[in-house]
Amino acid sequence: MSKAVLYDATLCVGCLECERACASYNGLEYDDAVSAEQQTSERKFTFVRTLPDDKYMRKLCMHCVDPSCASVCPVAALTKSKEGPVVYDKTRCMGCRYCMVACPFDVPKYQWGALLPLVRKCTMCSDRLKKGLATSCSDACPTGATITGDREALLAEAKKRIAENPSGYVNHIFGETEVGGTCVLMLSSIPFEQAGFRTPEVYGKGPLPANTWKALSKIPDVVSLGFVALGGIWWITNRRHEVAAAEHAAKKQSEEAAKPAGGES
Amino acid sequence: MTVPKVTFWRVVFVLVMLLGAYATVIRFTQGLGATTNLSDQFPWGIWIGFDVLCGVMLAAGGFTLMAAVHIFNAERFRPIVRPALLTAFLGYILVCVALMYDLGFPWRIWHPLVMWNPHSVMFEVGWCVTLYTTVLALEFSPLVFERLRLERPLKIIHTIQIPLVILGVILSTLHQSSLGSLYLIVPGKLHPLWYTSMLPVLFYVSAIAIGIAMTIFESAMSEKHLGHSLDKSIIVYLTRILLVILIFYGVLRFRDLYKRGALEYAFTGSYESILFLAEIAFSIVLPIALLLIPRIRLNPKALYFVATMIVIGFMINRLNIAITGMESYAGVRYFPKWTELSVTVAIVAAGFAIFGLAAKHLPIFEHGVAHEELKEVPAEAATVRKPYPAQV
Repeated sequence: MSKAVLYDATLCVGCLECERACASYNGLEYDDAVSAEQQTSERKFTFVRTLPDDKYMRKLCMHCVDPSCASVCPVAALTKSKEGPVVYDKTRCMGCRYCMVACPFDVPKYQWGALLPLVRKCTMCSDRLKKGLATSCSDACPTGATITGDREALLAEAKKRIAENPSGYVNHIFGETEVGGTCVLMLSSIPFEQAGFRTPEVYGKGPLPANTWKALSKIPDVVSLGFVALGGIWWITNRRHEVAAAEHAAKKQSEEAAKPAGGES
Repeated sequence: MTVPKVTFWRVVFVLVMLLGAYATVIRFTQGLGATTNLSDQFPWGIWIGFDVLCGVMLAAGGFTLMAAVHIFNAERFRPIVRPALLTAFLGYILVCVALMYDLGFPWRIWHPLVMWNPHSVMFEVGWCVTLYTTVLALEFSPLVFERLRLERPLKIIHTIQIPLVILGVILSTLHQSSLGSLYLIVPGKLHPLWYTSMLPVLFYVSAIAIGIAMTIFESAMSEKHLGHSLDKSIIVYLTRILLVILIFYGVLRFRDLYKRGALEYAFTGSYESILFLAEIAFSIVLPIALLLIPRIRLNPKALYFVATMIVIGFMINRLNIAITGMESYAGVRYFPKWTELSVTVAIVAAGFAIFGLAAKHLPIFEHGVAHEELKEVPAEAATVRKPYPAQV
């Protein structure tokens, strides 16, 4: 059973406790300057976006069910763990940054200033989850806006909240179907594209790695058919070539006065 | 040894290499942030867009001509196989060098060989490029063996030549197309003028076109600067193939744009549309129009011009996909920093210089006498049936 995080923006009061807890769990510095930054970065894995009318929206790694970053990583440094989090093995990473290009939510960030630069992002506190604990942001949240649980249970909970208060929410659980589903689910009272997300078409409903797999899965055909086709063409054209050469030699012999054959240009 | 003469191009070369060396020092002592204009919003720049995507594309002449001569037995192209092979070999080595600048951990470049992820296009490209560079080294080795008069290794290479060539063609087919597949994962990010599920096919077909265009370009360059003249009929014949492939590519490209309804973005006057039109003009419309005129098709000077145009057109194509098409989504404009440019220019300059050196010291523009003897085919049986008139 995959774990997930549910963030209900209508319960969020913008206290930034999640940011603080995230920084301390990940050993990142957190001061007023970092607190004011309205974007994720190598030193800030989650932030609370301040929107008009006292509204808020969190940004963090969505931990896709079928993550693009893990699919594109040539060395499997990013992997989807069975508990749900998408985790990063810094000893494998060669720094190609394909994960950053591929991520539909622009989550992975890079240590551009470092000589040994790592990809940094939210890990959904994977070692806490393994111990059966909630993520540190869930733990720190004083209003219950962010909670941790099983994905199925949280989806049901989100549906229940919308059903019980249809005027308080937009009728959409962000993360239920986006890019094939994510392990971070979000509820909001305003449309998600007004809360820092892109329009729904950008994400699509299916997992993005399927696009790549359609091409990659043809490789065995290209290799096997390619060898047969090219080998066959060579066999045929070379045979024609040999026949031409033999006929040529026979002709020469019959003429008897021919010069010896040579290969000069 | 005589002291090399000071010429304009040699001075330029030395300056370019010095600047490149300086940029290299900055790259490896201060990191990517200090060297590039890349950012979290725009993680891939000119080193991927030009050095890798264009670099691999420009090296496509190797597999194209090896296939033509050794698989399809088009003997008429034999004299230009070696320059194409040299370009390919050099090209792939330089692509690997460029990658060392771009990777955060360049010394881990071998990781994909042992840490597998078969779902990753980049993993496949890594394997293919590694294997194909090895194949190219083997295909190229007879030139060195000939020069050193090593008969035995020459014989061994000749014995495995056909399987080697087939392997090279298949590996090239895979990774030339896969460089397009790299972008299949970003349907929401790449501008609709370029994002299509046809990307791998378009990359592959254009690579073949560029393989031929580069061969024409090189032949003209070698004639001008290295003094190797070439039978014009070969070039004229190559041009016909090039024209057919370009038309094929053009039909594929426009059919795809039309089917996806992307043509509406072509004439909006936006940043993307201008660079799209430039790409289409130089890679498809102008070259096809020009090559359809027999007087141009049969004139080596004009052909050189058209080949250059095609190369530039497809470079714009690759840069449009890697850079132009990704900018609107990212919300930033990317232009390479001077350090990025100097590394790229230095790598290109090194390519030209090594090509010149190899052409001077290795039997590149000779017919490869020892090689021919091994094949034991009478020259007459191998010649062109009916040479096309070289001049009007």
